Amino acid sequence: MNLNLHLKVWRQASPNAKGSFQDIEARDIPDHASFLEMMDIVNERLIADGKEPVAFDHDCREGICGMCSMVINGRPHGPERATTTCQLHMRKFRNGDTIWIEPFRARAFPVMKDLMVDRSAFDRIMAAGGFVSVRTGAPQDANALPIGKEVADAAMDAAACIGCGACVASCKNASAMLFVSAKIGQLNALPQGQPEKHRRTLGMVRQMDKEGFGNCTNQYECEAACPKDVSRTWIASMNKDFAVASGREALLASARERSEGD
Amino acid sequence: MLDSKIPSGPLSEKWSKHKRDSKLINPKNKRKYTVIVVGSGLAGASAAASLSELGYKVKCFCFQDSPRRAHSIAAQGGINAAKNYQNDGDSIYRLFYDTIKGGDFRAREGNVYRLAEVSANIIDQCVAQGVPFAREYGGLLANRSFGGAQVSRTFYARGQTGQQLLLGAYSALSKEIASGNVQMYSRSEMLELVTVDGHAKGIITRNLTTGKVEAHAADCVLLCTGGYGNVFYLSTNAMGCNVTATWRAHKKGAFFANPCYTQIHPTCIPVSGDYQSKLTLMSESLRNDGRVWAPKKKGDNRHPSQIPEDERDYYLERKYPSFGNLAPRDISSRAAKEACDDGRGVGPGGRGVYLDFSEAIEKFGEQTIRERYGNLFDMYERITGENAYKQPMRIYPAVHYTMGGLWVDYNLMSNLPGLHVLGEANFSDHGANRLGASALMQGLADGYFVIPTTIANYLVTQKPGAITTDNAEFKRALEDVNARTHRLLNIKGKRSVDSFHRELGLLVWEKCGMARDFDGLTSALEKIPALRDEFWNNVNIPGSGEAVNQELEKAGRVADFLEFAELLCLDARHREESCGGHFRSEHQTEDGEAKRDDANFTYAAAWEHTGDFSKPSLHKEELQFEEVHLAVRSYK
Ligand SMILES: Cc1cc2nc3c(=O)[nH]c(=O)nc-3n(C[C@H](O)[C@H](O)[C@H](O)COP(=O)(O)OP(=O)(O)OC[C@H]3O[C@@H](n4cnc5c(N)ncnc54)[C@H](O)[C@@H]3O)c2cc1C
Ligand code: FES
Repeated sequence: MNLNLHLKVWRQASPNAKGSFQDIEARDIPDHASFLEMMDIVNERLIADGKEPVAFDHDCREGICGMCSMVINGRPHGPERATTTCQLHMRKFRNGDTIWIEPFRARAFPVMKDLMVDRSAFDRIMAAGGFVSVRTGAPQDANALPIGKEVADAAMDAAACIGCGACVASCKNASAMLFVSAKIGQLNALPQGQPEKHRRTLGMVRQMDKEGFGNCTNQYECEAACPKDVSRTWIASMNKDFAVASGREALLASARERSEGD
Repeated sequence: MLDSKIPSGPLSEKWSKHKRDSKLINPKNKRKYTVIVVGSGLAGASAAASLSELGYKVKCFCFQDSPRRAHSIAAQGGINAAKNYQNDGDSIYRLFYDTIKGGDFRAREGNVYRLAEVSANIIDQCVAQGVPFAREYGGLLANRSFGGAQVSRTFYARGQTGQQLLLGAYSALSKEIASGNVQMYSRSEMLELVTVDGHAKGIITRNLTTGKVEAHAADCVLLCTGGYGNVFYLSTNAMGCNVTATWRAHKKGAFFANPCYTQIHPTCIPVSGDYQSKLTLMSESLRNDGRVWAPKKKGDNRHPSQIPEDERDYYLERKYPSFGNLAPRDISSRAAKEACDDGRGVGPGGRGVYLDFSEAIEKFGEQTIRERYGNLFDMYERITGENAYKQPMRIYPAVHYTMGGLWVDYNLMSNLPGLHVLGEANFSDHGANRLGASALMQGLADGYFVIPTTIANYLVTQKPGAITTDNAEFKRALEDVNARTHRLLNIKGKRSVDSFHRELGLLVWEKCGMARDFDGLTSALEKIPALRDEFWNNVNIPGSGEAVNQELEKAGRVADFLEFAELLCLDARHREESCGGHFRSEHQTEDGEAKRDDANFTYAAAWEHTGDFSKPSLHKEELQFEEVHLAVRSYK
């Protein structure tokens, strides 16, 4: 079956330009098409009419690279639970629907053009501690460090995050806590992550604040918007790890002061 | 002229010997060298991180908005390693042999043995980084089986192995970015290779955010830019995958080897309409539990549940009893095509066969199957609207991987001094067909373990920092790139970039896809130049070059595919044999299997650009088999 849809698409020429919604009639859209294929069809028609196509980020179109974004009818990645925009299919819409399409909005994610935003803040947070400091070389045999299945599974649950930023876009405070806590949580859960646990937690949380992400006020819209079902419980464990790490930091600092006073 | 530089001595000692004989650069001097790494997939990220750890200054580039989004992220099934954790008789030699045989005896023994040798280190490295591989209750690593092997040597992280390995490599890269030793350039596309006196000394990039065209100089260049599967338009590759970096290098003198070795993956979701933008893989790991079948009767369009057991043809089990549903990809793909050509295909257009889990669900329960493949079943349902727990999946082969790539020697250096090529972008390890779970292994082997040793062999011959962007070659290359962009933007024709890409894709899929023949290839070779001409006269690219312009980005890539496609078909036409993924209908056995011609084609075909796309010049690297005996590849 084919659908006729009314699109209201955010158009913004450049980061500093003023944006607005443009009305686009999307006629005759096959319901087996994906949402991005619908956008492709729309763009082909815009080009044929001598107009500029709508810019949007995408790459894998399999729901794994985290490149696609878009707020669809007010929800990051649209209405389907645990589904990225690229995996959303038009059979989930009805003939005659009006669809609002906007970029992810957050101070830390400036709009670049139309539906594209700059999410490089996430990379900077990762560089502030999202790793285990091992050099390439010959570490011990992988099976010399048994890790219980439950621990490995939990780490994998956190590691499933695709870094898309839907959590930020869904939060009224534009908080990045779900992303950051999943990243910290994966490594802090594993034995390999223990030596740098405190450093990592402090570094990443502070970088997150520096980037201008808001605070978490326990609304948990992030969890509902996450295309990979990352659980909000990671936020609680991050808060705990952060409290321990900053307490420890304060203790060490005062100990240092004392020893310097001697 | 083509010296593969394979070290002498027994196969199992070549790599150790080479490591011993390789040059060293002292730590103080390493800091003086700059290395450009184009690509941040498994190959690029692992290389950039490891070289930076050694002390080299690294500049790393990718076209996505973050290095973590490279196409490697999409790999699902797993990564091979000869750990023999299952005690099922695996060994370095067996992984080596399976890979050589899987590649239909068209890969280099020395390279493949090295790959098998370092495979075990990869797993150790990744675990140390915190990659959450699947584990057993005892806390040890779990394994699964993949096609073309009779042992369980595949390590995995649910259905997201590539993601987890890439995030591991990206975390190592992030650590080096933080140290200030790696400078990362995201949303930057390489549009030209710069050579100075025949040596690769830099690249020209376009900043995809600002449109600014920039020159970058270095002491050597690593291309880790992935495969060219998107020449077919529809493939399992991400939308941005392209041949631009390697093709530009080819036009600057680098030889392109075996472009006709392309892999068609047997288990993908079939095409559903002409709006289709990509095809989605259903991981090969599914064939551990799924059984492939087609109806025995032609045109049988009953619902699969209505087709009784004795009217089903489990054709892989029938034809290849010892490997069954785990027959290698090329063989399984052709068997699916055969069934459909025979009028026994299912679903829209009759281009599909069934992958059936009912028996496994009955045996292990739905919950177990859900645990093993839940995310794949979910993805299948999102795309097709069908529930694969209740009815079999419909699958059909699709373009997936490219074994061909830039020619490299044992040091991973191309014939252009200084130009190194890693991962899917090179040609070296998979011969005419790649086994499942071996691409991740190769990308990480190249980046973590091979290049950190071999790069010094080139760098010691160079004075660090001798070439800067002030060199006239950089100016010339910048002008070339700007002129090309200007030309593209000013065609202002009638057809969109995608329309050309689709037309090209369909043409090469039909004439140079799962089965090829001389006449079909000849007709493609007539049509490609005409389509290319039309592109350069009639493509329509709105907007300017001074800002984000995704149509311009695509146009540059499609322009290169339009040139590359000709080489692809020429190589396929010249190789008068069938081997691995290259199936020439004229060359098959009586029961339809690929028929190699070892007397005449036991070589890698390395093509040199001559300025005339229809007349590249051929260089042959004869493959020497010292260890294995060239045999008919049988999975029966
Ligand atoms: C759906 C799917 C599933 C797969 N599953 C498996 C599996 O289970 N096991 C397995 O072993 N293999 C699998 N493969 C194959 C494997 O994923 C790839 O072969 C491998 O990841 C390629 O890695 P790479 O580092 O060579 O390149 P890529 O990961 O493709 O990285 C290419 C990099 O180059 C950059 N780049 C490209 N062109 C340019 C340019 N012009 N300028 C600047 N940057 C550029 C990109 O930005 C990117 O960073 C799968 C492939 C697909 C498509
Ligand atoms: S395009 Fe990769 S997740 Fe959507």
